[in-house]
Amino acid sequence: MSTMTLENREKLEAQSLQARRKKRWNNFLHMVGNHSLLIALSVIFIMPLYLVIVLSLMSKGQAETRSLWPHPFVWHNYITVFTAVPFLKWTLNTLFVALMGTIGTVVSSVPPAYVLSRLQWKGRQTTFIILLSTMMLPGQVTMIPVYIIFSRLHWIPSFLPLIVPSFFSSAFSVFLLRQFFTSIPDEISDAARIDGCSEFKLMMKIIVPLAKPAIMAIALFAFLGSWNDFFGPLLYIVENEDLWTLGIGLNAFQGIHHVDKNMMMTASALFMAPVIIIFFFSQKVFIEGVTLTGVKG
Amino acid sequence: MSQARVIATSPFKKKGEVAPPRKKLKVPRLFIFLCMSPWLFGIVFFTAYPMVSSFYQSFTKFNLIESPQWIGLDNFHRMFFEDDDFWQALKNTIWISAISIPLRIAFAMFTAWVLTKPKRGRNIYRTIFFLPSMVPAVAATMAFTYIFNPAYGPINRMLEAIGIKEPPFWFLDPKWSKWGLILLGLWGIGDTMIIFLAGLLDVPTSLYEAASLEGASAWQSFRYITLPLMTPVIFFSTVTGVIGSFQYFTQAYVASGQVNDYSHSMYFYATHIYYSAFRAYEMGYASALAWVLLVITLLCTLVILKTQKRWVHYPNGSLFK
Repeated sequence: MSTMTLENREKLEAQSLQARRKKRWNNFLHMVGNHSLLIALSVIFIMPLYLVIVLSLMSKGQAETRSLWPHPFVWHNYITVFTAVPFLKWTLNTLFVALMGTIGTVVSSVPPAYVLSRLQWKGRQTTFIILLSTMMLPGQVTMIPVYIIFSRLHWIPSFLPLIVPSFFSSAFSVFLLRQFFTSIPDEISDAARIDGCSEFKLMMKIIVPLAKPAIMAIALFAFLGSWNDFFGPLLYIVENEDLWTLGIGLNAFQGIHHVDKNMMMTASALFMAPVIIIFFFSQKVFIEGVTLTGVKG
Repeated sequence: MSQARVIATSPFKKKGEVAPPRKKLKVPRLFIFLCMSPWLFGIVFFTAYPMVSSFYQSFTKFNLIESPQWIGLDNFHRMFFEDDDFWQALKNTIWISAISIPLRIAFAMFTAWVLTKPKRGRNIYRTIFFLPSMVPAVAATMAFTYIFNPAYGPINRMLEAIGIKEPPFWFLDPKWSKWGLILLGLWGIGDTMIIFLAGLLDVPTSLYEAASLEGASAWQSFRYITLPLMTPVIFFSTVTGVIGSFQYFTQAYVASGQVNDYSHSMYFYATHIYYSAFRAYEMGYASALAWVLLVITLLCTLVILKTQKRWVHYPNGSLFK
């Protein structure tokens, strides 16, 4: 009897050892499979960016030869681009419009979001629904009359049509902020109100500091939206070359012969660079912001 | 509100005693009005008035210089019966929506699903996948038309290297140009992917564990757990996808400017509105186009909303908790 049990036991142990080994091997295979898939996808996502950088460092002749590695490295492209096209002016214009637009969006979106989330009043729900539906409204429907308003004000071409509307609340930003404000417990407000804190002070001193991540997110979205915008500048500033932004400038100059293709890639790389740098420093804010606008409402 | 009620209930009250109604705070009307005023001003001058105005203009002939001239339904008649560009733009737009919306959803789901797998390094991969969606559309489009150039672009060289004898001419070929735009869109899938990722990470792992105990295959647990729980996200991106595709402009405009798109293969609905309004200065006709766009988008959204009961599954009952 005892020998049998012993044999059995050994057999069982051997089996379980084998099973564990098999499991570990399977896990390892899974890991290798997952990471190879992820790396393959990463290569696809990185490839265009890599190609832009590589092409931006080639000489004009080499950029038209299908080679994939600069030889020699023409670092000078990154200096020439500032003289070949008015790159600095375009950058400053874009930056100015984007910064003003960001300030406008934040300043004009926090108060409505506060009132829509932290106070009870008649018509609040209706207001919120109207706000949501304006988010769905295609811009083309309002575009022409708005253009006419600006042209009657003699604001075309100027930066004003690109900046002024952002001071009148962006529905998207109000929505995003409201979602965040709603998640702050009511007790905080109640306590402050009992202490006699005014509503304005409560908003500025208590709720706004608590909502810093969401405010950062809308500021970043506003900045990038404006930095990347092409259609607005196309309508309002194309007529005056001094006002051109990076998008308009690059698009206009790509057809012109004396600007080489490799130089356009250099300019594109510089156009993308700030966005990519900002992204690396503020990924968390971004990703949380995007998630907040999703279905989690 | 429920939280506020809880505070209002005094802990010294006996069980069963009804809490006195919460002392009503004075509603600070002036404060509310002041806070809402930027939005109110915006909605009046940048939304409501323009909508009324463009609705009126859609029945007029209006070139910005002379005042609008009432022509009844002529703009709409011209659109449907005389304007070939309108039909071309509509066809292109419907074609690209029908292909790119499902493709984008599938690709976003796939990339997000792959991202849920690794135990380590998820953040690095997520950063890489998300990055392209940040790139300015003009720069991205210029880069794509360049690297997809059949003469000197590296993509076709790579395709030849893996054995494809005659790679497509991409943006230079009317049959392939829209595929170039679709690839450009898929490259920038990042923001959609993040929403899908959040959805996937919200699926309780206990469900998968239960399924695997029951002996469900990977496909079955995807089909019967993941997919139903992801329907709200899919629904959301379908609606935004439809709205977005009728406003698709920048990439197509930049790309067709780069390659001289004579055959109008990258001429979309929003492009047609832009050309009518700001090249031909036919503001009345462009307004009519814009209103038809609004009606089409509304109809599509309504159809999706109507069907949602059949396929969208809300764990909490409603989209707006």
